[in-house]
Amino acid sequence: MIHIDLLVVGAGPAGLCAAQAVGAAGGSVLILERGNVPGGQLVKQTHMFFGSEKQYASYRGFDIADILIDKLKAMPGVTLKTNATVLAAYDNGVWSAEIDGAYVQIYPKAVIVATGASEKSTPFPGNDLPGVFGAGAVQTLMNQYGIKPADRVVMVGWGNIGLIVSYQLLQAGVNVLAVLGRSGKIGGYLVHASKLRRMGVPILAQHSVKSANGTDRLESVTIWQLDKNAQGIPGTEKVLEADALCISVGLSPLSELLWQAGCKMAYIPALGGHVACRDEFLRTSIPNIFIAGDAAGVEEASAAMVEGQMAGLSAAEYLGYDIPDLDAQRQDCLAQLNSLRHGAVGERIVAGIKSAGL
Amino acid sequence: MRISEHPILDFNQGRGAQITFTYDGTSINGFENETIAAALHAAGIFTLSHSESGRPRGIYCAIGNCSSCMMVVDGEPNVKVCVELARDGMVVRTQETRGTLA
Repeated sequence: MIHIDLLVVGAGPAGLCAAQAVGAAGGSVLILERGNVPGGQLVKQTHMFFGSEKQYASYRGFDIADILIDKLKAMPGVTLKTNATVLAAYDNGVWSAEIDGAYVQIYPKAVIVATGASEKSTPFPGNDLPGVFGAGAVQTLMNQYGIKPADRVVMVGWGNIGLIVSYQLLQAGVNVLAVLGRSGKIGGYLVHASKLRRMGVPILAQHSVKSANGTDRLESVTIWQLDKNAQGIPGTEKVLEADALCISVGLSPLSELLWQAGCKMAYIPALGGHVACRDEFLRTSIPNIFIAGDAAGVEEASAAMVEGQMAGLSAAEYLGYDIPDLDAQRQDCLAQLNSLRHGAVGERIVAGIKSAGL
Repeated sequence: MRISEHPILDFNQGRGAQITFTYDGTSINGFENETIAAALHAAGIFTLSHSESGRPRGIYCAIGNCSSCMMVVDGEPNVKVCVELARDGMVVRTQETRGTLA
């Protein structure tokens, strides 16, 4: 049995930031990461971040991961383990994990769940064919492993992930045949869409996939135009010869551990699905459990880092550490989150968070 | 296919030592520190398993969430090859339906 002040589940942008407050105060922190490397999805983010200096704006995602990991290395009480999957939360306060293949029981005084999110799919015939990928999957293949996933790609979804991954596909030498959006207005930042248009990529509003075609793997994609009710219009079909179809239709929070722990949960579509109810300082209905990042509601990595700091402060406070400027730090986090949550998408997230209040 | 030229990333420096494993009896070259799925995709192999209905399955999320990539590795079924690192001498097989323990 491992006794520890703080267990952080997940070493993505939220988890790495969440460990800082307790680590800096001298507490014992164990960060468990399921993957082979820390950094979560930052390791495949080749683009420069927006936001402000505090969220590492103008740095590329993979560099931010290194900066955050180096910060924690300077804190003697912080241990980061990869190949470490948290399995379950028990009602006697024990959390179990598989670390390097061995079963381990952990007794943490506080827990921050920063498990991230999972890519959604969307229904159409053939959506299970090899060659139909989540947009994040091609990003992993290209940017983490240096593998060109395909030669001719159709992208479904024009939020920031769809737009950014389309541009990254071009950078890897892949032909992007079209980017499809269901509505009449581009979902992500126009700066990302403009880069694609300048490269000659068609961005098709009110278009969707009718079917993915092929026997052993994807051979072509039939697209069609949508009417005002988002229904396909017969006669508008076009067949694009593609060897990959990327789906970028959002993510859903990975909240299984929070369900298990018995946190009060809510289904909030604006946050991507089921999330733990929380207060503005990211405290859940269970006093020693805190949330941060996409697990708390799907947003950008910049917001995940600030939420990590916020949850870290709350855990430090719960554990009884004296944080002299606690109120000022919390207000600073809130101000940063407010400025990141701008525009139509931001307003939706703010409303979602309000609905997920305790 | 492996990317050799990229405007931001340099893949020619960072790859690990070369390794070899078998996929349904065929020899596949990969590198240490890359996943089985990455090495298979570099070799142009997209189909990793077949579902109950016989339909082919490939990776979907590539980060261990969706369970679309499960193969039989060294006799063990249901291995998520999108997150399992390739090792020299591994025996990787297409998984047919649920897979069984030996």
